Amino acid sequence: MAITVETHDRLDDAARALASDQNARFHGGGTLVMRTVNEGDEPFSKLVLTRDPAYREIRSSGGSVVLGAGVTMSAILANRELSFLHPVARSVGGPAIRSAATVGGNLFAEAPYGDFTTALLALGASVEIAGSGGQSSIDDWLRDRDRNRNRLVRAVSLDRVSDDRSFRFRKISRVKPKGVSILSIAAYLPGSGSRITGARIAFGNMAEKPVRSSGAERALDGQSINEQVAEAAAAAALDGLNPVSDAIASEWYRREVAGVHLKRLLIEG
Amino acid sequence: MTKKPVQFQLNGDQKATFVDDGQNLLDVLRRGVGDLTPKFGCAQGTCGTCTVLIDGQPHMSCLTLAETVEGKSVTTTAGLENGAELHPLQKAFMEQFAAQCGYCTPGMLMAAKALLDTNPNPTREEVVEAISGNICRCTGYEAIINAILSVAGNSPQRYGVR
Repeated sequence: MAITVETHDRLDDAARALASDQNARFHGGGTLVMRTVNEGDEPFSKLVLTRDPAYREIRSSGGSVVLGAGVTMSAILANRELSFLHPVARSVGGPAIRSAATVGGNLFAEAPYGDFTTALLALGASVEIAGSGGQSSIDDWLRDRDRNRNRLVRAVSLDRVSDDRSFRFRKISRVKPKGVSILSIAAYLPGSGSRITGARIAFGNMAEKPVRSSGAERALDGQSINEQVAEAAAAAALDGLNPVSDAIASEWYRREVAGVHLKRLLIEG
Repeated sequence: MTKKPVQFQLNGDQKATFVDDGQNLLDVLRRGVGDLTPKFGCAQGTCGTCTVLIDGQPHMSCLTLAETVEGKSVTTTAGLENGAELHPLQKAFMEQFAAQCGYCTPGMLMAAKALLDTNPNPTREEVVEAISGNICRCTGYEAIINAILSVAGNSPQRYGVR
């Protein structure tokens, strides 16, 4: 399909252009959308871009951070205040992908991609929609993701993690040093070191989009991490999850290893 | 399909060309301005042989919408040598048998240059990370890693940062 490209100086204008045409897709860094364009079978006829600097802005205020949806993984790695996100950003592709891959693009990445979004889900981020779209929790936003394709994400906000032990991330892949993930796990464990309150455990590739493990969260809440607690969280981790089968791993394999890796993440950090 | 004018610097030279809507940078470099050094591999951002530097940052040119390089500086393997003199990375690849079929080499060279431009003395682990988005099906990577490490640690003058 022949496509047209529209570039807007202002984010809100790009949001309107996107919202007004169901055959339009937003081009963030291009790492996902250009694959489809190169294949020549894109299910859209228009690409919308923006040059708005606000789209690529990182703002810190007090204990919170706002990441413009156009912030790249490389920009996150270059920002010392975001060191808690560095292991996550570094897990996305090689350097040439990270120069282009954006926070906003990752929100739309289908399995087996979307590892950064898995971390955002564990961290309880908020997603801000451009125009008059308002703000929603990442849980709600992911639930409605298919309906959000023509809504332009302006930014993602989250609380900065200052205690390294309270946020953990692991991407499991067959290829070293990196490849497409079999699964990814992000664990936010406030109070880690003493009793955990409000644990958020998110898995990537254990469903069609990043998903929280309510079973593991229940097993961890009110507990201190030790071998038995980690074992209980691992045993409960699969409750309600529907892993995907793809060329990287089967559903069966993902079910077999998810608990093992969660336990390692909890025990080894 | 609309044609759009685009101007950018390619290896220090100003280029002006027309691009189609949706055309990727790799296609424009190879067919539009005749630089055949970045290779067409997967067109999916997976193999890395099309890697170029845009304003000094490594990018997959196959995943780069051509019109987004307007006003930017693009460096390809063609911009590495200085006349008849090869870039130290090119010499190291040649002397240490870091290329077999050679198809990945342009991407490997640009990934290595991106690393050494910002980190002239990387560890082996950092070299491995720097080329982690580039696939080689011939060498097993060891010769490539060793070649990059042999250039690393040289002074910027010897390394020939341009």
